[in-house]
Amino acid sequence: MKKTVIDVQNMSFSFGSLAVLEDVTFSIKEREMIGVVGPNGGGKTTLLRLLLGLLKPDRGLITVLGTPPEKASHRIGYVPQHRLFDPLFPVSVLDVVMMGRVGKAWGGPFSKEDRELAAQALRDVDLFHKHQDAFADLSGGQRQRTLIARALASSAELLFFDEPTANVDSFAEQNIYNLLKKLNEKLTIIVVSHDVGFVSKYVSSVVCVNRLVHIHPTSALDGKNILDIYGADLAMVRHDHRCSEKGHTWVNF
Amino acid sequence: MGQFLRDLQTYSFLQYALFAGLLTSISCGIIGSYVTVRRITYIAGAIAHCTLGGMGAARFLQKEYAFSVTPLQGAVLAALLAACIIAMVKRYSSQREDTVLSAIYSIGMAIGIFFISRTSGYNEDLMSYLFGDILMVSKKDLLLIGALDVIVVGVVFIFYNKLISVCFDEEFARISGIRVELFDLLLLLMIALTVVLLVQVVGIVMVVAMLTLPAAGAGLLVKRLWHMMVTAIFLCLLCTTGGLAISYQLDFPAGATIIIMAGMVYFCIIALKKWGKT
Repeated sequence: MKKTVIDVQNMSFSFGSLAVLEDVTFSIKEREMIGVVGPNGGGKTTLLRLLLGLLKPDRGLITVLGTPPEKASHRIGYVPQHRLFDPLFPVSVLDVVMMGRVGKAWGGPFSKEDRELAAQALRDVDLFHKHQDAFADLSGGQRQRTLIARALASSAELLFFDEPTANVDSFAEQNIYNLLKKLNEKLTIIVVSHDVGFVSKYVSSVVCVNRLVHIHPTSALDGKNILDIYGADLAMVRHDHRCSEKGHTWVNF
Repeated sequence: MGQFLRDLQTYSFLQYALFAGLLTSISCGIIGSYVTVRRITYIAGAIAHCTLGGMGAARFLQKEYAFSVTPLQGAVLAALLAACIIAMVKRYSSQREDTVLSAIYSIGMAIGIFFISRTSGYNEDLMSYLFGDILMVSKKDLLLIGALDVIVVGVVFIFYNKLISVCFDEEFARISGIRVELFDLLLLLMIALTVVLLVQVVGIVMVVAMLTLPAAGAGLLVKRLWHMMVTAIFLCLLCTTGGLAISYQLDFPAGATIIIMAGMVYFCIIALKKWGKT
């Protein structure tokens, strides 16, 4: 029996009067690879931030690795989108990966163990030969892999990816997918993506986040856009149930 | 240049000025690098202008009521207070950040001008606060400058890894369990102390230039944050020492000469980079 690593019960969240997620219930078992899909502005990132403990739910319960999310967040490796970073920031590839170790000590210089773990993480993503390069000089795909190495260096048990293949070329995209597949042998992985093609090909189950569309179709968060995009997505993934390798279960989204 | 070197051996005020420049360059290079990469020069500017309030109040108390408080000490208090207010506003308030900073900026200055106008006697202080007077640095000031330097270097040495993480990716730092607000405040306090040092050397109005120009120039030459800090320290040393020597020799205002030199160094680096590429 696989352990449950994430459990969400009847959770609701809103920004002020704007309901983003309502009555969400689902759970994720260890070493699953889950794709979170949905339209832009549909609450995917909000869900991720709730699971990381950066936001608090209005109602309901979230349990991550057996504790409240904010207590588990240091055991989660979060991989944001590489394009969010300042290209002028002076850091080397190894500097970035070492940041995965910073939360482990009160201060002072890094230990030998920290350095070894960071080097190993870089080898895992096949970028060790670039460790002295400036982060800004890397290609999009290489930067994304550096950020993956940073998450790995933190000895995370869970990996969260936010649009891992946004702004990388198709070769690098393939590269990152293969890497995720390899990492999934040991780790539970959650991938937020608008790329439904990817989701159906690689992940074991799909979670669709789209509550906002139904409540506020013409809201300030660009409701028409949401409908347009989601209309296209619907052709590939049903949004009212969870599709897994073992079949289909209806979930309460 | 001969006159400067000859007088340097005889006059203690010139030696103090040189030391003040050297000591300030250390903090300036380190903290200037943080200010530049985190893109918060406007926060440094607001803190700098606030120091006028502290200096004015301290001078008033010193002259009118014989309190044993120096303008430099007043500046330290005002800068630290401004840093705490800014950190609180960033964390708790939903106000627009630039509006709040402008308010802090101008209220701090207004308080300073108010106290200076109430202080008796002919008042040359205002000019030296605004535009700096490195030649007026006393031995006592030098000790305080040295102490502030030790604090800044010590804190950055211990928390370098945490600070770079917070500056590079605040969200990841928070998720890894780093108390981001605490380190944000710590950085603002270090900026406040460095601003006070720089006010002595180049004056309130030109502090921001000294925090950004050497660091930005260094950033064009190297690729890692601590390399940038070391390079920026050398560029600061070059500007303060060179600026002081030139201004003394030719009887120019020291602060302005230092800043013009910093500007020239920055543009030279840009030009060399461009020229090197083609």
